[in-house]
Amino acid sequence: MSEDIASTTASGTPVVVKKETRRDISALLGSAAGRNTGLVVALVLLCVAGVATAGDRFADLDNLLTILRLASVIGVVSVGMTFVITGGGIDLSVGAIVALSSVWATTLATQGVANSTHWVALMGTALLVGGACGLVNGMLIAYGRIVAFIATLASLAAARGLAEIISNRRTQIVDVPGFTAFFDASVLGVPVLVVIFVVVAVAGWVLLNRTTFGRRTFAVGGNPEAARLAGIDVRRHTVLLYTLLGLCCGLAAVMLIARTTTGSATHGGLYELDAIAAVVIGGTLLSGGRGTIAGTVFGVLIFTTLSNVFTLNNLSISAQAVAKGAIIVIAVLLQQRLARRNGV
Amino acid sequence: MVARGDRMTAVTVPLLSVRGLVKRFPGVTALQGVDFEVRAGEVHCLLGQNGAGKSTLIKVLSGAHRPDEGEVRWQGEVVSFGNPTAAMRTGVAAIYQELDLVAGLSVSDNVFLGHELSTMGFTRRVEAHRRTRALLDRLGHPDISPDRDVGRLSVAHQQVVSMARALSRDGKLLIMDEPSAVLDPDEVRVLFGVIRELTAQGVAVVYISHRLAEIREIGDRVTVLKDGRTVATGLLAREVRTAELIGLMTGRDLESVFPQREPVDPAAPEVLVVRGLAADGRFSGVDLTVRAGEVVGLAGLVGSGRSEILETVYGARKPTAGTVEVNGKRLRRGSVGAAVRAGLGLCPEERKSQGLLLDQAVYRNITISSLQSFARFGFLDDGAERTRSSLLTTALEVRPPGVERVVRGLSGGNQQKVVLARWLLRECRVLLLDEPTRGVDVGARSEIYELIRDLAAKGVAVVVVSSDVEEVLGLADRVLVVREGQVVHEGPADEIDESRVLDLVMEGHAA
Repeated sequence: MSEDIASTTASGTPVVVKKETRRDISALLGSAAGRNTGLVVALVLLCVAGVATAGDRFADLDNLLTILRLASVIGVVSVGMTFVITGGGIDLSVGAIVALSSVWATTLATQGVANSTHWVALMGTALLVGGACGLVNGMLIAYGRIVAFIATLASLAAARGLAEIISNRRTQIVDVPGFTAFFDASVLGVPVLVVIFVVVAVAGWVLLNRTTFGRRTFAVGGNPEAARLAGIDVRRHTVLLYTLLGLCCGLAAVMLIARTTTGSATHGGLYELDAIAAVVIGGTLLSGGRGTIAGTVFGVLIFTTLSNVFTLNNLSISAQAVAKGAIIVIAVLLQQRLARRNGV
Repeated sequence: MVARGDRMTAVTVPLLSVRGLVKRFPGVTALQGVDFEVRAGEVHCLLGQNGAGKSTLIKVLSGAHRPDEGEVRWQGEVVSFGNPTAAMRTGVAAIYQELDLVAGLSVSDNVFLGHELSTMGFTRRVEAHRRTRALLDRLGHPDISPDRDVGRLSVAHQQVVSMARALSRDGKLLIMDEPSAVLDPDEVRVLFGVIRELTAQGVAVVYISHRLAEIREIGDRVTVLKDGRTVATGLLAREVRTAELIGLMTGRDLESVFPQREPVDPAAPEVLVVRGLAADGRFSGVDLTVRAGEVVGLAGLVGSGRSEILETVYGARKPTAGTVEVNGKRLRRGSVGAAVRAGLGLCPEERKSQGLLLDQAVYRNITISSLQSFARFGFLDDGAERTRSSLLTTALEVRPPGVERVVRGLSGGNQQKVVLARWLLRECRVLLLDEPTRGVDVGARSEIYELIRDLAAKGVAVVVVSSDVEEVLGLADRVLVVREGQVVHEGPADEIDESRVLDLVMEGHAA
């Protein structure tokens, strides 16, 4: 207590000076451009570390494309997750939904149904299953009034279990003509998977920042009661948000099937954590009301690059996990600082 | 008592004195030279428009903010409160406008929050319960049970709990930020009784209110802040002229607060027709008709059901019986969307938690209910949003005028104007206002009154709910008095006076 009540004037002046410079930095970091600058710097540092430790093996074009291909699947999920989190929610079931969508679609394919139909049916099935799972989540949360954390925790368990039942716990190999060919192709040297990610990210950015849907998402996440009293149908919007994320999971499942040529109940393991982590370090507030697609894309790239650099240096997955954890903590600490500064 | 004997206190050291206090935030200097002193046993009133720096000053005094310059002396010694706990230990306790109670915990848990009574780490629940009861008795509220969940109490009762908490810390200086804003007249009387008792025991009270009549009744001395500076201090609350105070606060003279009323055209169409509206346990049999261009006031105590009536009309609550018609069309029950589409707009009671997206830009708060009109195939025309919002903020004199600003940083009056602008933009036909001037200073208050009148003149049907009887009578054409969920009186506003309304409001209440 005696420390708390110290003399004011004696220590007053130097503190003020220090605060001014700190304020300038935080003002810079607080602006949208500044926040992304921080992420770009982090990404560049990672790349420098990659070149320094792995040299040409890292800087190789094939390696960079591998990073992007890996980033694409989780990236699509993360873009969807950005919407849900900005809207004040959370979804723990994304990994399980990816798994369920993948086995449902591949069961269709391996059972010969798909051989007689087009592979687009496989894709449609995955999207449909993903979207339906999201719809269920949204309904449970919005109309069943179950806390999002609990509702999606239940979905996580149930969807993964259902995926195991459908697949009999067997990995299903996909050999649908045209399917692999389509997704293995490149557009101007860019793999189709990466193209899909870019399209989803751009579409997500436009949807969040340029449409009524996006504006309502910010409103619902920022203050659901005020949004409701302003005439927004908050419950319907919540359902739409989770359905959108479910569709993203379905799409991610298709991309995953294409990349691995399999459907499996073990697909998408821990995707929920990776997606939430990417969204949060990107600068989207977990409490809702503020969200950035660009930040999420950087978040995904940072994590994927990190994994790549670690793998090239023969470091274990466990070490990667520790590094990821550290990055999340640092990012959230920084974010809270900024929120407090801007909040005054 | 002590304060009134000036000769005696002149020689004693003031309990708290503040000199040249400066507090800067990024982009603004909230305080730029505040001086005043508080003596033991006095009620010292702080007056100032919103944005004058009162809230910041309270936060500095109670340890929530650190000042950048200046000194605070407690009983003659320079002090610096690093945090609210340190301030409380010294004897300064603040009761904020936004009550800082933890819903979900009981009354006695809240009272002793942060300084729980315990023996070797085990809480002494019985003792806490007993002491809480004693404090509540002392505050004139033996009706509040120490075991109740604070979240289930009315706002007025929550405030009593906040005061009990301050007293439990053995506070020597209580800072009350607009305590009467959420209270009804009889509760204000109880509050004043408590304040008088406390001051008689030597406790000093810093009292903040926009209601000059209250300041005259309870205050000893007045300090006026304007733009973060002390413009006058030590004025005697009972002697200083109202015009002088308003002049000091606003820097200009204020003639009449309430604008002139135009007589309502008796042939004007009935825009809003409510019949037999009821909600279980809240209110029943409410009939309400509002013509275009008419302002109808709902007077009643907190908890009388007046806010619930408004929210039910708006569809935010589901009625158990009755109908709401707008322009002859019946609204779907319990649907805000239907109400808004039919042309209703609500400025809710709790502006910050119910009305605004605090961390978003002004223009986004204004356009949120009219997004469709700015969209083509779902794509928003951002530029048009800003332009239209900016026209409105200029017309409503929102200060500062920028539409890119985050709403959180605006003062109460300007925040209210933003909510009003939202419904102006939608060109709503029925405007429901719940406590439209709570936390709004005198200057902005008369601007809001004028705005409401202008809207009525343009044919909008307006319903105003307020605890401030003077406001209801001054603003409305017709008044409905609500007591315990029933409309007990209906009639033209100029055929009834304040004391009659208070009688009606309170009748049966004391029993």
